Amino acid sequence: MTFDLNTIWFILVGVLFTGYAMLDGFDLGIGALHLFTKKDEERRVLLNAIGPVWDGNEVWLVTGGGALFAAFPNVYATVFSGFYLAFYLLLASLIFRAVAIEFRSKQPMRWWRQTWDIGFSVGSILSALLMGVALGNIAWGIPIDANGEFAGTFLGLLMPYPLLVGVTTVALFMMHGAIYGVMKTEGALHDKLRVWAMRCIIFFVICAATTTMATLLYVPHMANRVRANPWLFSIVLANMLAIANIPREFHHNRDWLAFLSSCGAMITLMLLFGLNLFPNLVYSLPNPENSLNIYNAASSQKTLGIMLVIACIGVPIVIAYTVCIYWIFRGKVKIDRMSY
Amino acid sequence: MDVLTLSRIQFGATIAFHYLYPPLSIGLGVMLVIMEAAWLKTKNPIYHQMARFWTKVLALTFAIGVATGIVMEFEFGTNWATYSRFVGDVFGSALAAEGIFAFFLESGFLAILLFGWDKVGRKLHFFATCMVCLGAHFSAVWIVVANSWMQTPAGYHIVGEGMHARAEVKDFWQVVFNPSMLDRLFHTLCGAWQAGAFLVISVSAWYVLKNKFTSFARASLRIALAVALVASLLQLASGHHSAQGVGKNQPAKLAAFEGLYDTSSNAPLTVVGYVDERQEKVVGIQIPWMLSFLAHNDFHTPVTGLHDFPAPDRPPVAASFFFFHGMVAAGMATILIAALACFFSWRGTLFKKRWLLWVLVFSVLGPQIANQFGWFAAEVGRQPWLVYGLMRTPEGLSAVVKANVVLTSLILFTFIYFLLFAVFIYLLNDKIQHGPHDDDLIPSGKLALPSELTEHK
Repeated sequence: MTFDLNTIWFILVGVLFTGYAMLDGFDLGIGALHLFTKKDEERRVLLNAIGPVWDGNEVWLVTGGGALFAAFPNVYATVFSGFYLAFYLLLASLIFRAVAIEFRSKQPMRWWRQTWDIGFSVGSILSALLMGVALGNIAWGIPIDANGEFAGTFLGLLMPYPLLVGVTTVALFMMHGAIYGVMKTEGALHDKLRVWAMRCIIFFVICAATTTMATLLYVPHMANRVRANPWLFSIVLANMLAIANIPREFHHNRDWLAFLSSCGAMITLMLLFGLNLFPNLVYSLPNPENSLNIYNAASSQKTLGIMLVIACIGVPIVIAYTVCIYWIFRGKVKIDRMSY
Repeated sequence: MDVLTLSRIQFGATIAFHYLYPPLSIGLGVMLVIMEAAWLKTKNPIYHQMARFWTKVLALTFAIGVATGIVMEFEFGTNWATYSRFVGDVFGSALAAEGIFAFFLESGFLAILLFGWDKVGRKLHFFATCMVCLGAHFSAVWIVVANSWMQTPAGYHIVGEGMHARAEVKDFWQVVFNPSMLDRLFHTLCGAWQAGAFLVISVSAWYVLKNKFTSFARASLRIALAVALVASLLQLASGHHSAQGVGKNQPAKLAAFEGLYDTSSNAPLTVVGYVDERQEKVVGIQIPWMLSFLAHNDFHTPVTGLHDFPAPDRPPVAASFFFFHGMVAAGMATILIAALACFFSWRGTLFKKRWLLWVLVFSVLGPQIANQFGWFAAEVGRQPWLVYGLMRTPEGLSAVVKANVVLTSLILFTFIYFLLFAVFIYLLNDKIQHGPHDDDLIPSGKLALPSELTEHK
């Protein structure tokens, strides 16, 4: 593995999508849990826990998409046109959940709030599910013809394995969201979320174990690199330890460390996904020779170089002020006049 | 209908709806910077109240702008996959740069602007407001870079042949500063400033008419009128310069804007009228020689007509003409309204002229119409090209997407956008009816600390 520009961009796109999962993951997860809270007050607390940060989190998806477009335009074109209806459903879900956050608390009527509550929650769950299904299809492999075009159908994307990955993604985000919620709340809601977080962890571990078994049995190419390099199994171990560490941190009342542990679990999962996919970006099944990889799908070396300069200038600044903003909004949520 | 028509309708409709919001975010961003600066300088709490009220309106427009903006990005890949392959090397970089430099800045600091009132000091809050405004402007920069490159491609070379041919970057700065970019950026920004200023004008004028929140409304009106007048006058200069650029870089587009079929010196300028495409002539009131003068600063220099271009390379004339002239008319109206209102405001009689206040209430539509028509003129006038001179519109379609699928997404999004628009208008109206909050006259939290302490002098 040489670190040429194509490899660096494979990693950078991976970093952007991992950043997206860690950040938007928790607000999608809060959305998935939203309807389980029954009191208006509790719903508002949870909404305001993600209030200041959710749209910044979503920018990671926009930028990840932009980076994919710029660095690997062939992947962008093939996947987006191939997953047409699925992506429009994803867009509709993202729109509904976004505007629901903004609209919900603007009117006191019960029907109004309930409508947007459903929009927010269903939109969040569906977004997470569809992103997981897309990821699952990339892992399983999609039919690609000799011209690099998608040769499958919409229903062909909804096979059991991708759906399993979709459900696992929902479980992962619910776990992540519940832990974030624990960190941002106090009192009765805090205690309730802690119980839910534990249940979400169990739900996620069951899903993850099933997905892992299914992957080993039916998608052997997604374990090739780890099989060939046994030391990479340490990442699997790290993943397990990160998840096991969450209840431990809860026990010691270190909620933010539990959240970091959950982030660690996400990073290791994405790392395993990326390592086994590399150097492909889209694996072609049944004709692996048509796969889109970091070379046949990439932009020119010149563009990759320019983009790297842009990323080196932009990303550190973004991370710096994002950390500052999270710092300003640290601590438990208090509802005030400007709240949702 | 075929895939091409449906995809074009869908892209046009989704971007037109989206474009109602970003100009408001940019324009209100500028207004908020001015209001907060006035508050910091004068310590007059009315400016604080003003900033807080308009912040809530900005939050509403911003949320819909963000939600509908992702759709545009996805559509390049879903509906225009061949185009995406062809231009990804050039166009994708601009989109990625927009995410990195603009969207993060805007959305990150928006958190402090919206929710940080009681958490941070005055200066930091003002800084956050400036950053949101700057981020909004950066997003305009990068998206106009990308779009202008489609109008006047530069700094690229074509690599590969046949189906695998694509444009690659040769000189990044030439891509960024392509021939039409600066003109079009400035034109877009002026339009956005107008949109923000006239929204504030409209709401304030309505308060004055209804005798509600009068001191708040009068103070808002004064600031907004000044911004509107400056932006409108700049827009006049920018529009003129842009049109000259179009004449130089995209002569077929300018000919279509003016419905000019035969190349002629002393070419006339149409004030009002329409194009009879069958007879190939313009019906309406014309000023002789004026087009030659406006396009070339000289009454006798010939302006190229549509007959100089092969028929397949001509844009749809009647539509280009209509949108261009509609934009100019709406733009001129905004200048006139702003100038009149400023004049009477200076004379001190504005608040007695109820007819003018009513005009101001409806003036909010002026920049919106001009912005929409302007974009339609720019994009329809670019036809039949997707990338000017390089790729025709039908060539950019996705190879695997069928008409019924596009129809499904079009129906789905038409429904969603109508719903969003209805809710937006309902909530905006609600916000306006409630008006500014009296509590906002008294800053709270860290903002309430005496400024000597926070400013540390």
